[in-house]
Amino acid sequence: MGLDTASLDSAMLKTKIQGLVKSFGLPRLIIALFLLLLFIIAPFAGLNFFTGLSDTFNRFGMNAVLVLAMVPMIHSGCGLNFGLPLGIISGLLGATLSLEFEFTGMASFLMAIVFSTPFAVILGYGYGVLLNKVKGGEMMIATYVGFSSVAFMCMMWLLLPYDNPSMVWGFSGEGLRTTISLEGAYSGILMNFLSLEIGHLKIPFGMFLFFALLAFLVWGFLKTKTGTAMTAVGSNPVFATASGVSVDKMRTLSVVMSTWLGAVGIIVYQQSFGFIQLYMSPFYMALPAVSAILLGGASVNKASITNVVIGTFLFQGILTMTPSVMNGLIQTDVSEVIRIIVSNGMILYALTRKQEATR
Amino acid sequence: MEKTEIPLLEMKGISKDFFGNQVLNDINFTLHRGEILGLVGENGAGKSTLMKILFGMEEILQTGGYGGDVLIDGKKVLFKSPEDALRAGIGMVHQEFSLLPEFTVAENILLNREPEKYSVMSELFGKRLNTVDRAEMQRRALKAISKLGIELDAGKRIQDLPVGYKQFTEIARELSKEDDKRDEGASSLRLLVLDEPTAVLSEKEAETLLSAMHMLSEAGIAIIFISHRLHEITSACDTVMVMRDGLIIKKVPAKSANVSDIASWMVGRSVSTERVERKVEVRSDKDILKVEHLKVIMPGEMVRDVSFSVKEGEIFGIGGLAGQGKIGIPNGIMGLYNAMGNVEFDGKKVTLNAPRMPLDEGMAFVSEDRRGVGLLLDESLEWNVAFAAMQIKEDFLKKIGPMKFRDQRAIEKVTKEYVDLLEIKCTSTRQKAKELSGGNQQKVCLAKAFALSPRLLFVSEPTRGIDIGAKALVLSALRRYNEEHKVTIVMVSSELEELRSICDRIAIIQDGRVADILPATSDSTEFGMLMVSKVNKEAN
Amino acid sequence: MKKFDLKELLVNNVVTIIFVVICAVSIPISGYSPSYLISEVITRISRNSFLVLSLLIPVMAGMGMNFGMTLGAMAGQIGLIYACDWNVVGIPGMVLAAIISTPISIILGYLCGEILNRARGREMVTSYIIGFFMNGVYQFFVLYLMGSIIPIASQSLILPRGYGVRNTVNLIGMRKSLDTLIDLRIGGVQIPIATFIVIAIFCVFFLWFKRTKLGQDMRAVGQNNEIARDAGIKVEKTRILSIVLSTVFAGYGMIIYLQNIGTLNTYNSHSQIGTFSIAALLVGGASVDKANIRNVFLGIILFHLMFVIAPLVGKNLIGQAQLGEYFRVFVSYAVITLALVLYEMRKRRAAKLALMEEA
Repeated sequence: MGLDTASLDSAMLKTKIQGLVKSFGLPRLIIALFLLLLFIIAPFAGLNFFTGLSDTFNRFGMNAVLVLAMVPMIHSGCGLNFGLPLGIISGLLGATLSLEFEFTGMASFLMAIVFSTPFAVILGYGYGVLLNKVKGGEMMIATYVGFSSVAFMCMMWLLLPYDNPSMVWGFSGEGLRTTISLEGAYSGILMNFLSLEIGHLKIPFGMFLFFALLAFLVWGFLKTKTGTAMTAVGSNPVFATASGVSVDKMRTLSVVMSTWLGAVGIIVYQQSFGFIQLYMSPFYMALPAVSAILLGGASVNKASITNVVIGTFLFQGILTMTPSVMNGLIQTDVSEVIRIIVSNGMILYALTRKQEATR
Repeated sequence: MEKTEIPLLEMKGISKDFFGNQVLNDINFTLHRGEILGLVGENGAGKSTLMKILFGMEEILQTGGYGGDVLIDGKKVLFKSPEDALRAGIGMVHQEFSLLPEFTVAENILLNREPEKYSVMSELFGKRLNTVDRAEMQRRALKAISKLGIELDAGKRIQDLPVGYKQFTEIARELSKEDDKRDEGASSLRLLVLDEPTAVLSEKEAETLLSAMHMLSEAGIAIIFISHRLHEITSACDTVMVMRDGLIIKKVPAKSANVSDIASWMVGRSVSTERVERKVEVRSDKDILKVEHLKVIMPGEMVRDVSFSVKEGEIFGIGGLAGQGKIGIPNGIMGLYNAMGNVEFDGKKVTLNAPRMPLDEGMAFVSEDRRGVGLLLDESLEWNVAFAAMQIKEDFLKKIGPMKFRDQRAIEKVTKEYVDLLEIKCTSTRQKAKELSGGNQQKVCLAKAFALSPRLLFVSEPTRGIDIGAKALVLSALRRYNEEHKVTIVMVSSELEELRSICDRIAIIQDGRVADILPATSDSTEFGMLMVSKVNKEAN
Repeated sequence: MKKFDLKELLVNNVVTIIFVVICAVSIPISGYSPSYLISEVITRISRNSFLVLSLLIPVMAGMGMNFGMTLGAMAGQIGLIYACDWNVVGIPGMVLAAIISTPISIILGYLCGEILNRARGREMVTSYIIGFFMNGVYQFFVLYLMGSIIPIASQSLILPRGYGVRNTVNLIGMRKSLDTLIDLRIGGVQIPIATFIVIAIFCVFFLWFKRTKLGQDMRAVGQNNEIARDAGIKVEKTRILSIVLSTVFAGYGMIIYLQNIGTLNTYNSHSQIGTFSIAALLVGGASVDKANIRNVFLGIILFHLMFVIAPLVGKNLIGQAQLGEYFRVFVSYAVITLALVLYEMRKRRAAKLALMEEA
């Protein structure tokens, strides 16, 4: 008798676990367990658990907004935003302009966002219109739009008439430097704001709050009439058209939003990093953001704020923990390889997944 | 034809059901060498299922096989795949072309059956590195073409050919199969099935095709000719077989049948749906919708030149065979497909090709394509019901400052109302639309349209693919909605009896044009005649 | 009617035309002598043709530009590493490298083809990500396993830390061994006759291949998967074969490319090969669904002419060679973007035209 209930219980447990695995996604589960393992063995590699956690938190705060920039475009059915560099470029323009006009402290941070906004809107609009003309082939074209614009801006950084001595090359007096220090401007402005320190554990509440604010705005937007229409466009564009919604308009709006979030994302990244990186640095920035949101459980046409939070945490966790733990254990730094395989493997998984019966 | 010889094909007591839904019932017929059998019937009469059985299509086996026997040369056969049928000498030309546009006629005729020349590389890497023998290919293609008694340049690319010649290429492909090196016991083409081959042809091309059919028949090849053009059936066939509701209604020599008899056999119903008389009179004399010279470019449902008007409060039916353009009409007016012409609603001109306009004016549309157009399959019932009304009429929103947010409570309330009203079976209003059955999905589509509280409602194929119980419910819901809210309804359906049961007037669409508009109480034969008779193209 | 044709001709060849214009304008500005340019172009043709030719087969099978050709390049590099390790030089070394690369290419190509079959409709973006993913795997093997688990005899190939292949491998024993096999100089310009013969053989092979049953099947599959399948062609297998062939040839192409360069950048040589080969092919007038041998050679001439002269043009115009370098990077990406956009737009227009015709 007792045996029967036990086996029944275990069977139920099994189906329950299977259901959980299914809803959570196998790759996500594996990565999560791997991360957990890293945290557990960290002390054996001579690494403090809390230091590891603090680093992960910090990098979460740095990257979360960039990952959030994926959400609007996925919602409207434009696919994964491989064109994120376009948003980053807007952010770089805003950041350099803010420095050019010699803003300092909090003002420089806010002005960077303000200056980047018109660029993000204009570039995002053009990009959105382009993507409307190539429906079905968005992702490849987005990738190359990103690449071309980065290369184009490389020329612009050389040519644009910036003349703040802290930014241009010292010897020639023209052309922006590859890295520009944010000392005195907005370096660490969010990172050190409301930062809580308990022993080894450091929690950057300032960055969390800023991300939460943006995430709340996106979440709230998705609950409005327009946000609902955007989701419907992504879910079934023909349905949306038949309900009187302009698919192209919604898609363009989503691209503008994603581009703007990308711009803000890079500025948040810079304040934590302490430098503005120009020229080829935005080149491969889309891939980590794309794989993070996929790791968080998003698919090519569905994404939520939860996906952003979970994905960024897992992805950045792996990125922070593997180098130190691996180094401590086997004196070999395979973290770069793991990063490449995990992030691209995640994207491949998403691209080859059978789409759930949408349409 | 001497009837004493063993027939080429005999079907004995064939029956087939799909999950309890009987689509074929006790089908018995024989076909002799060189005989041309005209097979007619409305869409859904069971013709294509019968052909699928003959071809051993996978979907037949996967859904539990069929009852009865298929006999070839008096011997029982069981085809497990189209290849088996091919080996027995049965070929089929489908309605949709399976031709590659950039290949030449010859390449298409011999697609994947190309004659090969030996190449040394094939010893190393396998047979696929033999080269294709183009001269032999040309020869075989021309041989097959010549059997049709037509001229066709085998070196021309398909995309440069007029549509009629594409059809001939398809037939030539079947004929060319006799030249293939076949394994023992395989036979050359003996029976050819042509599924609506003339539907896309011009009159002249159709004539050429019919004469080609005669040449084949004289060469001893039997043909099953499926067509809706009844005059072709009567002139080209030896025998006519009419199917309806999964039964063979009539099988007579073509000489003894005339077009109007065949039409009435096709559409007549043994059990006709009860006509529901109006309880309340809501019709007025005012024209609420006027359509003039409407042209809609919808693939497979082209509307060429349609004019009609609908009275306020009326239930107006639009019928006709599949592919004739009836479905294009609401899709064109509602802006989902490119349309031209003049449409007036309540005295106001409707802007075409702008889906928002007709919705704003108070028209709504329940699409025939439930899963593609009608529903957000991945979203909840609440979203499906409320979305259109939210976007068009700003219902179910609450304002906070300048922002308009979804009013979850209002959405839930309205969805619950419709779930009760239309008896939608679901676990909750949050259930995803894709988890519902077809009938319930259809009710959700209706609820979506009702929530818009339109003045005119288009419903297209409202009962397609749903079970009988749900059918009755949907139809009565439409009638009730019409009477209670005085809403004009334009209903498009392939099922004539369904139209006759609730409509006031019915327009029959044939070849993208209105054949005629009759009161719904007219005799079904009259409607049948309209569906299959040729509209005089010069009339316009 | 004729005017319409002219417009069509311009639109269809806009990428090529832009390049002709760029080259025509820049050559005088660069100030290079014609003989220098000719010898450069000859070198570039001998160096790159084989790689670009390897892209033709997947286009024929309807799989678009094979961004996964980097997989073949990696296989070719592994072949070269072993040829160096075993100290086999000259032509025998190249042959050995080719022999080693073949099975690796076949395995990688097969994997790539399998994955692409699961990502139908987005083959290009998927093959592009596969390239990244495999780069991680390649690094794992070459940087960590070689010399530690996979035996490498020659210590000169191994990093000082004791395992992993050095960043550069000197191919001095093989340098130009094919190019100079048949020595011919015209006016001081070295003509790599033997390489040209190999390229010519490949061209003949390609033309012959188009006439084989397999080639015929690929063309059929390329036009319409469903119709080909109905006719009994094994669509999936055919698609995989096209990728396998392309990967194998890309491997050989990489060996030819590197014997001309003379040094192997273990971790970088392959990474840009895909982009530049595809850009060259597109410049030659190819599109995603159509490419022929003429496109290959015209493309290489135009694209590499631009590549050679761009830095000097930048210097002569603005005084910065760096600008020219960024310009050529920009142009490579912009060309691919433009070609992809035009392809998508043409596809939509063709569908619309077909619809109008039916009416």
